[in-house]
Amino acid sequence: MNLLEINNLETYYGPVMAIRGVSLNVPKGSIVTLLGGNGAGKTTVLKTISGAIDPQKGTIAFAGDSILGKDPDAIALTGIAHVPEGREVFPFLTVDENLKMGAFTRKDNDIKADIDAVYDYFPALKTLAKAQAINLSGGQQQMLAIGRALMLNPKLMLLDEPSLGLSPRLVAEISEIITRLNRERGVTVLLVEQNARMALDIGHYGYVMEVGRIVMEDSCERLKSATDVQEFYLGMKDEGVRGKRRWKQRKTWR
Amino acid sequence: MEIFQLIISGISQGCLYGLIALGFVLIYKATEMVNFAQGDLMMLGAYFAITFVTVLEWPFFWSVLATILCMALVGAVLERLLLRPMIGEPHFAVLMLTIGLGFVIRAVAGAVWGSEPKALPVPYSGGVIKLGDSVIGYENVAVVIGTVILCLLVWIFFRFTRIGIAMQAASQNQLAAFYVGIPVKRVYSLVWAISAGIAGLAGVLTAPVSLVDPLIGFVGIKAFAAAIVGGFGSLPGAILGGLLVGLTEQFAGLYLPPGFSEMSAYVLLLIMLIVRPQGIFATMQKKKV
Repeated sequence: MNLLEINNLETYYGPVMAIRGVSLNVPKGSIVTLLGGNGAGKTTVLKTISGAIDPQKGTIAFAGDSILGKDPDAIALTGIAHVPEGREVFPFLTVDENLKMGAFTRKDNDIKADIDAVYDYFPALKTLAKAQAINLSGGQQQMLAIGRALMLNPKLMLLDEPSLGLSPRLVAEISEIITRLNRERGVTVLLVEQNARMALDIGHYGYVMEVGRIVMEDSCERLKSATDVQEFYLGMKDEGVRGKRRWKQRKTWR
Repeated sequence: MEIFQLIISGISQGCLYGLIALGFVLIYKATEMVNFAQGDLMMLGAYFAITFVTVLEWPFFWSVLATILCMALVGAVLERLLLRPMIGEPHFAVLMLTIGLGFVIRAVAGAVWGSEPKALPVPYSGGVIKLGDSVIGYENVAVVIGTVILCLLVWIFFRFTRIGIAMQAASQNQLAAFYVGIPVKRVYSLVWAISAGIAGLAGVLTAPVSLVDPLIGFVGIKAFAAAIVGGFGSLPGAILGGLLVGLTEQFAGLYLPPGFSEMSAYVLLLIMLIVRPQGIFATMQKKKV
């Protein structure tokens, strides 16, 4: 069953067409990854889903209901947590308060328990509970941003470049956490990444975007072995016979 | 004991500036708009209080409460009708809008209540506290007490309540606030309601000290200077800036030639902008674009 279904989405930034007809499905309980270079429109897709931008055309259905044209706070209420690019924490609130704000839409009494659950996932945050978020390191801020999104009790998490600017060790840590969240809590994840290796390692299904279009989709296993993805996103290059690549050699989708 | 007397009246006047400055800062912090009608909202509050006490003849305490609530409602309605459509417009346009709003409020107040000065009768009028040879009017004491109570309430609200922390969150990072599900637009309405409510209280407190006419809102300009002196964007700074402006004014009035008292607030502002442009409490916040 698809938790999120996007059909033929077109989004503009003013006169600039950023997304040129994107369709993608995110099955419930899976990790779907969206790959692509700079300016491919990955972030725009996420922003359109979470309601920060309204699309010109197309449909977005979450758990069967259309969420098109709703305000971002209303969409958060339906159970979509967006972790934006670049660790958007509340800089002058403490870690504890940041997490509490993550549960803003909730009225139940399990908030305290859920904060402890977040600290279980991110032990580094527990010792910093009373520190202002601005004083945290980049990796800690990223963990806080993910933890805050968890506080929403989301059905779907939109992760925008969680590995951005992190050391390889932290990237491994974050990807392990994403896998655990998916397996233990059943959180469905739509992961946007430039770090294709990490994304393909933890993802189940992947889409490749280029200049606003989806140019390739397959299971992550098969994407990993596709020559184009290897060459352009994983940096494995097949040297030609004479040490030169033939000019005719192009991506298969062009 | 002249100095003591000056300090007392400076503090009392400074509290009023501080209250209006608090309204400026609250709205600026949350919405990055500057509301130049803040002083006129105070004037409106004073007229509301006068109407409740003299025309409707409600008891004083209930009149004050009703004034604050009515002003909060006025603030929320103004935000909803005038300011919300301006989200995303250039700052200059919003600035002109609030300046124009000030004109409208003055004109409406003049039409409804007339332009001759009116007084707000208060139960504590006329009483004085004698300390040595200095005399403090109850009106001035009420200003200080009212300001202290209000500051305490504002502090508790922003520090401990869920919606207060959410308001801080929305002003620190609007995008993230949206994504965690904080209804940012409603938060803006609430900020305007609170600011206008504070202006209403300032009006109630200022009315017994000076007579009320449609032009008393111009103290808003001095309060604006106070807000900048305190470091625009800092709540304690707004109050402290107000006190500084109030005290400077009193001392300039006594020790400097006539006329200096009126301009002392702006001289203080100029000195502050040269010496420490970020204000007393600098809010070192890197704004995300």
